[in-house]
Amino acid sequence: MSTTAENVIEISGLCKQFTTGRGRKRRTVRALDDVSLTVADGSCLAVVGESGSGKSTLARVLVGLERADAGEVVLAGRPVAQRPRRAERRARARDVQMVFQDPSGSLNRRRTVEAAIGEVLAAHHRVTGSDARRRIDDLLDQVGLRPAHARALPGELSGGQQQRVAIARALAAEPRVLVLDEAVAALDVSVQAQVLNLLAEIRRARRLTYLFITHDLSVVRQVSDEVVVMRRGQVVERGSTDQVLDHPRHPYTVLLRDSAPRPGWRPRLSINSDISSDTAEAEA
Amino acid sequence: MSAETLARPAARRRGGDLAVWLGPLGIAAAVIIALITLAALFAPLIATHDPDIGSVVQRYQGPSAEHLLGTDQSGRDLFSRLLYGARTSLFGAAVVVLLAGGGGAVLALVAAWFGRNVDAFLGRVLDLLFAFPNLLLAILAVAVFGTGLAQVTIALAISYVPYTARVLRSVALRERRLAYVQAAELQGLSGLVVSLRHILPNIVPQILTGAAINFGYAMIDLAALSFLGLGVQPPTADWGLMVSQGKDSLLQGYPQQSMLAGTCIVVAVAAFSVIGERLGGRKAGGRA
Repeated sequence: MSTTAENVIEISGLCKQFTTGRGRKRRTVRALDDVSLTVADGSCLAVVGESGSGKSTLARVLVGLERADAGEVVLAGRPVAQRPRRAERRARARDVQMVFQDPSGSLNRRRTVEAAIGEVLAAHHRVTGSDARRRIDDLLDQVGLRPAHARALPGELSGGQQQRVAIARALAAEPRVLVLDEAVAALDVSVQAQVLNLLAEIRRARRLTYLFITHDLSVVRQVSDEVVVMRRGQVVERGSTDQVLDHPRHPYTVLLRDSAPRPGWRPRLSINSDISSDTAEAEA
Repeated sequence: MSAETLARPAARRRGGDLAVWLGPLGIAAAVIIALITLAALFAPLIATHDPDIGSVVQRYQGPSAEHLLGTDQSGRDLFSRLLYGARTSLFGAAVVVLLAGGGGAVLALVAAWFGRNVDAFLGRVLDLLFAFPNLLLAILAVAVFGTGLAQVTIALAISYVPYTARVLRSVALRERRLAYVQAAELQGLSGLVVSLRHILPNIVPQILTGAAINFGYAMIDLAALSFLGLGVQPPTADWGLMVSQGKDSLLQGYPQQSMLAGTCIVVAVAAFSVIGERLGGRKAGGRA
């Protein structure tokens, strides 16, 4: 039994640059600029920020889809290798799994739900045949789908159902950490609420740790214990969800909060331009 | 959440609407391809005469009960020669399409999987191959390895690879960027497994479309090479070779051989390109 003080994710000094264009048009973008953060076992950390703030890059580095230029990631007490071998990648997959933004793109359209989940079971737990069938039905039940859905192709499912399958597939590896990269952003508001409730339920039941990447502040309060605000690859604020949303300290967080659409909200052009323009103006 | 149900429970499209999808022209093309294939397969059963043996006294005969389509300059039965000619023409084109499709798919998957430098390098190599016209490459191969169907077929297949590889690369690259490929990658599956199990099945429609279209082109190119005397060698029956051999007779007022073989080529190529177009159209319509 782990104590609450134990950190399942420890990230320190993470840097990542992207270069675009060639010759004179060559630009470097600092997607991650010396990012350090820790996530306690069993908690949910929301990472918020506008597009291009580096939050998705953070998720991709954490799961191993991108390689960081500098810095260290420690997952469940084990440092993650920069150039992992196959066995290390498999071990990492059992520590951390990811749910992607695009529900239809995250499932292979030619493979049934059963095949998609079965592949993960076979890869990590060597479960096949009737054992696998039972596990698949279990997993589908946990994400609120029926056994009949096992034989469906992704095209026959709704967006919400597809995302439930993607969650079931991630759970099949029995990870300790689930990275949710804008996992509900592509869903209708009502379906969004259902999936968020489901995610909260699963976290309680399985004692999972979530890293919840989102641009949408309205969903943050529903899921997370803590919030990290990112801007231009840097962490500008961190605190408990209520504290950050109700009493933000950093001006950027204030702007972010005030620019979120809500009933009766009218966009103020000055604020919008502030967000995309310079820090100095925004902080003035 | 109970409100969410299966959109279409287990109702998968079968081949019921095949005829609708093909349209009248497509059906005609499919029938023609089927007939040509059957003719090639069962040529020995259907043929009325030995295609390679004629009698000089029976040269340049018109159509009759004995010789359905008449005879050529050596008194050989044209109907039987056309049947056997379908064999070499179809077989050669099939081999070209198979090799070019396979090679193109492998290059596309490798380029898409590794990306960056590997992709750039393969792109340069393909550009280099693009610089050589198909027929020139085939003639080059003949100069080095000698005449014959095998040499010409392999040379043509190599010259077709850049075309298939370029199209398939862009499709494979699009798949590579989709989240399902990254999800599979995250499981620690090897690039080979992900490419073959996940990406390949999703580019099969494009492979088939390219194959159907290239089949027509390959038939024309092989016929042209045989016409030039570089491919199929006499006395073997081949449509391209028959057009060439009928040239002299044509000048003497007996156009049957060239015209019949030429018609066969045109009709077969047209049928294959119609089917290729339909396959491409379905793919384009199925994606939005």
